[in-house]
This record gives sequence, C-alpha cells and structure tokens, in this order.
Amino acid sequence: MAKQAVRATDGSRPGINDDIGEEKRLTLYRLQVEIRESEQRAFDLFLQNLVKGTSHLSLGQEAVAAGFAAAMKPGDLSFCTYRGHAHTLARGVPIEKVLGELMQRDNGLMRGKGGSMHLTSAEHGVMGSYAIIGAHLPIACGAALRAQYKGDGDVTVCFFGDGTTNIGAFHEALNFAKVWKLPVIFVCENNLYMEYTPIADVTAVEHPAADRAAAYGLERIVIDGNDADAVYRAAMTAYERARAGGGPSLIECMTYRHSGHSRADPAKYRPEGELERWKERDPIKIYRERLKQFGIADEVITKIDADVRRRVDEATEKCKAAPPPPLDILTTDVYADGGFAWRN
Amino acid sequence: MAELTYRDAVARGIAQEMTRDPDVIFFGEDVAKAGGVFKTTVGLYEQFGPKRVRDCPISEQAILGAAMGAAMTGLKPIAEIMFSDFFAVCFDYIANEFPKSRYMSNGQLKCPLVVRTGNGAGSRFGAQHSQSVENWAMMIPGLKVVAPSTPRDVIGLLAAAVRDPDPVIFFEHKSLYPTKGDVPDGEIVDRLGTASIVRPGKDATILALALMVPRALAAAEALKAEHGIDCEVIDVRSLVPLDTQTILGSVARTHRLFTVEENPRLCGWGAEIVSIVADEAFYDLDGPPVRITTPHIPLPAADILEDIALPTAERIVDRVRRSMQG
Repeated sequence: MAKQAVRATDGSRPGINDDIGEEKRLTLYRLQVEIRESEQRAFDLFLQNLVKGTSHLSLGQEAVAAGFAAAMKPGDLSFCTYRGHAHTLARGVPIEKVLGELMQRDNGLMRGKGGSMHLTSAEHGVMGSYAIIGAHLPIACGAALRAQYKGDGDVTVCFFGDGTTNIGAFHEALNFAKVWKLPVIFVCENNLYMEYTPIADVTAVEHPAADRAAAYGLERIVIDGNDADAVYRAAMTAYERARAGGGPSLIECMTYRHSGHSRADPAKYRPEGELERWKERDPIKIYRERLKQFGIADEVITKIDADVRRRVDEATEKCKAAPPPPLDILTTDVYADGGFAWRN
Repeated sequence: MAELTYRDAVARGIAQEMTRDPDVIFFGEDVAKAGGVFKTTVGLYEQFGPKRVRDCPISEQAILGAAMGAAMTGLKPIAEIMFSDFFAVCFDYIANEFPKSRYMSNGQLKCPLVVRTGNGAGSRFGAQHSQSVENWAMMIPGLKVVAPSTPRDVIGLLAAAVRDPDPVIFFEHKSLYPTKGDVPDGEIVDRLGTASIVRPGKDATILALALMVPRALAAAEALKAEHGIDCEVIDVRSLVPLDTQTILGSVARTHRLFTVEENPRLCGWGAEIVSIVADEAFYDLDGPPVRITTPHIPLPAADILEDIALPTAERIVDRVRRSMQG
C-alpha cells in the first residue's frame, strides 16, 4: 500500500507521484478541511445554544485524524476518545449524523443517546468514543485479539491524548498488546495539555507516550502531528507492521488544539504567543502550501473548500430541521432484547 | 449422573461451551498453565490450547477491556477476575463500559461476555479477599448477575451466561468450591432469570443466594424439626434478571418473607426484593419482612470473628423463630 498507485500527472507537478501521490494528498486535504469546518460549525452552534452538553473539539489537530484515516482499509477499526468528532468524520461518517448527535436530534448517529463524547458508527468501523480516560486502550486490544484469533486481517487503531499516558490502563494495554503481539496501533495526540494543565508539569518524561515505549519493548516514535504527510507515512508503516504480524506500535503525534479543552474552557492558562506560534503551523495551512508546492491548482483547492462548506451548511440545515428523539427510546437497547427489563 | 465438586463443575461448564463454540475464549490470571488459583480451570489449557486459554498479567483493566473488545467484535470471551474484591480496580469496565455501550450507541454495539469471579467469605482471607459484592453488579443497568449454589447450576448457568447476548457477571462462591452435588451427564444449559424453590414449605419464605442457600436449607430443617415452622427456601440464583414471580408467588402462599444475605447490610440484594414485596404484595404479608445479613462491617480475618459475621444456620433459625413466634 505504501506505493500508492496514482493517476499520471503532467511534468509541471514535480514530486507529486511519490509514495503518497496526488489522489491521496487531495483526500488528506479534504478530510482535514471537513474536520475543520465541521468542528468550527459545532463551535458556532454552541454559541447559538443549539449544541448542548459538553464538546471537545479537534481544531488544530486535524492532520492526525486525516493521516490515519487515509491509511486505513475498509474493515479496520477505530477507537476514539471524547475528543472524537475528527476521527469519526475521517472514517466517512456523514457530517449530518455527527452534528445531529451534537445537537441531540433524532438524525444523530445515536439519536441523542450517546452525545458528543460517545460518537459511534460501527458500519464505518468507528467502534465508539470513550470518555473515561484510558478505558479504550484495553478494549482496542480485545478487538485486535479477535482479529488475530480469527485471522481477519484487520488492524485496530486507538487514539488518545497525552493525559492518557499517566493512567494505569495505558500501561496495562501496552504490555498486554506487546505480550500477545496484537495488531493494534496506539496513537497519542500530544497537544501539550492534559485538560487545563501542561502535560510537562505532571509527567516524568519529556514525551509522555514515546518515552514510555521502551518499557514495553516498542519503538520510540515521535512525529509532526500537524503534517498530514508525516502522519500518513507513520500510519502506513504501523499498519504494515501490524498486518504482517509484527505486533503493536505506539506513535506520539505532536500537535496543538486551537480551542480550549472543552466548551467550558477559554484556555487562559496558555502562555502569551503560544497559540499564535502554533497557528503558524496550522495543519491545514501547511497542507495547502504543500499542495501548491506540488503544483496543485488553486482552483482545485478552492473547489474542495467550497464543496466542504456547502456540505457542512446542508448538514447544519438538516439538523436544525430534525426533530428531537422520540421519548420512547429512553428505555430501548439497555439489553440485547431491545428493552430494559430486569425482572419478570 | 455423576457426583462433581462445584470447583470441577466450573471447568466442565467452560469446556462444554468451548467445545460447542470456537468463538468462546477464556483468559485470566493463572488460569491456563496453573489451572487457576482455586483449581477451577484445570485441564482447559491442555484441552483447548494456548490460543483459546490464556494466562494474563496482573492487569485487571486489560483483562476486562480486552474481553469487551473481543466481545464487541465477534468473540464470546469468558474472563476471570480472581477475587471479586478486585472488581474495584477494574470497575470502569463493569460500571461504565460493558453495560452502557449498547445503550449509548443506540444498539450499534454488543457486549456478549462473561466475567467469572471468586466471591464470598469463609477462607479467612480478611477484608479485601472475602467480600460478597454481587450488589456492586446488581445496581448497574445493562448487566446480568448470576450466583449459583450447586455444581449443576454452575454448569447450567455458566452455559446460559456464555450463550447470552448481554454482559453477565458470574459469581462463584469460594467456600462452595469443595462442595459436591449430582450432575447429569451430557450438555447442561439452564436459563438466566429463574429462581429455584429448593425446599417447599407453607409457613415462611426464605430467600438465599450462593453459600447462604445450604445454610438456609439447614435452618429450614431445624425450624421444622425443633419449632414446627415449615419454611420454603428459594435459591434466587439470578439477581438480574430477577425472578420476582417465583418470589411473589411464594410470599402469596406463605405470607412471610426472610432474606439471607452474605453482603454487608446496606443496599444488599434483599433490600431490593423487600421493597418489591412491600410495593406489590404488602397485603399478602402477615408480618414484617426480615433481612438477615452480615453486619455493616469490613470482614475480619480471624476464623472466630468471620464465623460470627456471616449469617449462620443458627442465626437464621433464631431470627425466623423470634419473628414467627413473637
């Protein structure tokens, strides 16, 4: 897969036919813009009080989601955290379904029963978004164990933040995955803050994930998480390793969130100028320049931007028009029989 | 028909289901090569091999998390948590993950797994290896909760648990492991959510679970022989689903209700049942329902202290007699 076949392009685009190629690069760009526009829309809808509850945006972290999703095959599984809108969208889940869930409408992914922190779309391989820090790393191990046991050939990826590296389940899962050589990829999105606190203030090592890798017999991998090409290449290497029976990988992606931890957080704890410096390294800005370097025409880029905006607008209008969930789903799907009966 | 220990029934039950369904796998700490610290899983590793019967590190979160991930993607895992007290270190999976994934995903995710665990007192292990924590599981919507008292029920209810599409917490009582009972030959499959009237009687209903079942039965014999009180003893077996019809039916006949619970006093399973009976069968009762429980204490290690902490047959006899005879 690394040598992605691409359509022949003319000689005015030197280097475009490298291991990533034009088609994949346009996909990487589109995915990042989709996430950016959808997340920005979610934020705007908050301000209009149309998104309720909490929400954790991935503004500024789009390259990680896009890079991994572009490296996946159908059937590969994703496990996300409460900051999971990006990874859900990147697997091809319709924007309307995601915004509908955030707006607690009947057209939402889970009809409002899960909410922003629990986006799930099994048909797209999104096996849940988990809001208890660290919980999904062992669960991802189990999905990978099934793949290994049944010889299914799929690979499981598990995304989490830097804060997760200090909870026990992280360490249990890494050891477990290595001992059983499971086809699972652990992806740490290091955005420098565990909620409101700099991760460096509360962690014994500089790189909270990568510097722990050696303890579990894993390679130390730190990549530029704002460069979708770097993410994609690291993802491809890890997928190839997992599919070849080489076991788990742990990848630390350096990135930065442009907004606060959650809806309630204005992020005033950040040192002056930090956000601005990181915005210079905005993944979408980087990638737009990359496409231009490769000779992709402005009109192609502008058309992608416009298409995405139109789709986000359409999704928003559909969600605004969608009814809330019917009250009778309050008690459905507690048990496999569809109901909630605990007695006869 | 053969006589089997409760301990050996565990291995037979697991083997029955692993033989039937290649998607059943089993893992936990010391369960494979060592055959389990309570010797409940001897021979499974040899019979089914290292892919299906696996030793795990001391990582209870990884064990339950991996069981969930395997279950939601197509396997039918049986995971062992050595002592039920250890639920406290992996409670996220029991409380937040297994039981909520189906609901939160609007039915997209499933979680058909079984967690087996050694529960209960009698081994002089002290406060952190002796608890009866079935109420920790009972209180959580989305779980099913089973606690067998006989070797036959171990096999039949374990089979039902493995075949069930929901997460089932399966409490084995450590003090019952050496006890014996008759077990039919061939496959045994029971039904979750069914209580069992193990001794019919007309004067009072005694509900019991796990180790308290033989004690309630001994008490019932003594009450009949010494005081002429004829008690019906019901082995509740399954806390979720709860067979309230069998319980309410019995109370309608006997008009008296006693629960015998190994758990500490507050929020024991009997409290829930007493509230149901008070709601739905108040006018069937000829006297107040009585809960016989362990006091609200951590369990001590010393044998003479542990022995007086748990409900004994003598305490049951005394409490029932005083309540019935005034």
